[in-house]
Amino acid sequence: MNNVLICLIPLLPLIGFLITGLGRNILSKSAAGFIASATIFGAFAISVMAFLQVKAGTVTNVHYFNLINIEAFKVAFDFKIDQLSSLFLLIIAGVGFLIHVYSTSYMHDEPSKDFSKYFSYLNLFVFSMLLLVMGGNYVIMFFGWEGVGLCSYLLIGYWFKNNDYTNAAKKAFIMNRIGDLGFLLAVFWLINKVGTVQYDEVFTQASLAKLSSFDITGITALLFLGACGKSAQIPLYTWLPDAMAGPTPVSALIHAATMVTAGIYMIARSNILFTMAPATQNIIALFGLATAIVAATIAIKQNDIKKVLAYSTVSQLGYMFLGLGVGAYTGAVFHVMTHAFFKALLFLGAGSVIHAMSGEQDMRNMGALKKHMPTTHLTFLIGCIAIAGMPPFSGFFSKDEILAATFAKHPILWGIGVAGAVMTAFYMFRLYAMTFLGSFRGTHDQEHHLHESPKAITIPLVVLAILAIVGGWVGIPEVFMKGGHHLEEFLKPIFAQSNAITEKHEMSHKTEVFLMAASVFLAALSFTLALRKYKNYKKENEVASSGIGEVLENKWYFDELYTTIITNPLRSISAFFTNIVEKKGIDGMVNGTGKFVNYGSRQLRWLQSGQVGAYVLLMVIGMLLLFIIQLFIKN
Amino acid sequence: MDIKYYIALSLTLFTIGIVGVLTRRNAIIVFMCVELMLNAVNLLLVAFSNMHSYSPAAKALPTFASDAQIFVFFIMIVAAAEVSVGLSIIVMLYRNTHSIDVNFLNRLKN
Repeated sequence: MNNVLICLIPLLPLIGFLITGLGRNILSKSAAGFIASATIFGAFAISVMAFLQVKAGTVTNVHYFNLINIEAFKVAFDFKIDQLSSLFLLIIAGVGFLIHVYSTSYMHDEPSKDFSKYFSYLNLFVFSMLLLVMGGNYVIMFFGWEGVGLCSYLLIGYWFKNNDYTNAAKKAFIMNRIGDLGFLLAVFWLINKVGTVQYDEVFTQASLAKLSSFDITGITALLFLGACGKSAQIPLYTWLPDAMAGPTPVSALIHAATMVTAGIYMIARSNILFTMAPATQNIIALFGLATAIVAATIAIKQNDIKKVLAYSTVSQLGYMFLGLGVGAYTGAVFHVMTHAFFKALLFLGAGSVIHAMSGEQDMRNMGALKKHMPTTHLTFLIGCIAIAGMPPFSGFFSKDEILAATFAKHPILWGIGVAGAVMTAFYMFRLYAMTFLGSFRGTHDQEHHLHESPKAITIPLVVLAILAIVGGWVGIPEVFMKGGHHLEEFLKPIFAQSNAITEKHEMSHKTEVFLMAASVFLAALSFTLALRKYKNYKKENEVASSGIGEVLENKWYFDELYTTIITNPLRSISAFFTNIVEKKGIDGMVNGTGKFVNYGSRQLRWLQSGQVGAYVLLMVIGMLLLFIIQLFIKN
Repeated sequence: MDIKYYIALSLTLFTIGIVGVLTRRNAIIVFMCVELMLNAVNLLLVAFSNMHSYSPAAKALPTFASDAQIFVFFIMIVAAAEVSVGLSIIVMLYRNTHSIDVNFLNRLKN
């Protein structure tokens, strides 16, 4: 695997971005779609090669040049292909490719120029994300980090003529910026204390010894703030549900393969720092759990198909952070992988539904799509079962690994986690039942228009559905199969340092099986309940929710809360600064100088009387004054 | 003779000059007062030069006790030139305005 080949992984999407972006006025739709998809496929093919090579045991560090090259401090531009990054490369390029293929059909009604623009953004997005995971140090990661932030802004605000959509884009960007600040400060702190940003150098014993426990806690807390912004955790999660403003494949890309997994990747990459900061780990676990629960409760009451999925993503990300917080790094990365499969599947399925419903997103107007869209229905059902955590689908393995680790940490945390999983099963099957079962509740036009989506849409769905089923089989727990957890074996070198310093909570296989059975049983109970309740959903039966239901429907009033405690005070402060400080203070000072000079000179003008005598008098007075002064200051 | 008498005399002359310049409006008298001030200074210069000629350090100089005396002549010559210029201005003033009142000369104001 040579340097050129490796640098082609991010370079191909960048080239695709340049071609589709610059040629947006000349390229035909099929050409733009083909170029964009082909570049991602190329990146995917090389990623597979890189993965196989890593699997064979070679970890590659490729050095290209130095970005900053001074005596005391060097920032190299280099890529690191190891177990963690090669796994992420596969997910990003693989799922990214499927989403590209899907988009060629989904976005087909767009004008040719916008179509090409859309694909150029998509390519840039994948490029940034690849850069993020491939970088050999925090600075390269930061480039990618900023890149995905920018691309999410561009893509969420893709239909920029709609004011709400642009606001959603801005919200995403600003929320991300808050997190980015934390990340940046953490990197500066690290540079200050350790003097390097290179992973290989930071994670050595010598470097880690330079950090006091206060430093480590501070750095990890700031890194976590960065991860909060990018991976949509409380308190910075509100941008992600609003990110639904973008086209559905973009939501799939942001939610499944890229962007939101950046925070998890970053923490998994810096796992040794986090393991050395138990305080931060506890914070992460608590925030993750809180996010998982809050988002799951909100998802139960949403009626927009994409909103439900969005909150489900936030909730699943919460599980990943819970896993990171309790030290189950493998579990978190595993969940990233399985989640990428089934969440991409669900989003693309939802996109297929929306496509068939001519843009309708409200589930109350859907129903009975089962017979019209068999492929979408089947794949969507697989996605639902996978996310609900039913064995042997992929979600079961990864979620239960995290929950088992949580139980080892504290049984109460586990209980709350399971409650979230139960809610997950409930809202996913509520979504499924309202969309695919019952009777059709939309308009006649829509009913007439219903159709199964074209091949470019269904094939990615089928591929993802297969992955959603088998994706979990790389991590079968010890209980069921000795040595079945291939992923853990594979990722062992990445987390070796962390595993060395944490004591292993060995729990008996009996407990483990019991825990799994409990969560599966509860989830199964909950989705049967959801199916029964929403199978024959009628719009007329809907009663206005009150009490807790109303709170949930309004998303716990988080947006309102932020408006009240952050946006409004900020507006008042800005108003104060423009009206008082700027107008009265700064303008007053500038204008005051002018006025003072004007006034002063008008007064001084009276001295220029034109009388020779007066001048001479002044001269004499001046002379006398000089004499007097000299008399006084003498010695 | 003691230096202080010279100082007193030249100070008196100088003050008379200043008061004359300040109070009189007749251009010729103002002019005369200016000359008076100038010559008060000249007188002082000569007096001090004479005083210094008694000091041992001055005796060592090649231009012993004579430089200030000569300098005064230069000043007188310059003053004479200045007087001729000044008087011609006054003559021109009189020709144009039929007055030699200095307060009349405020046309440059504003």
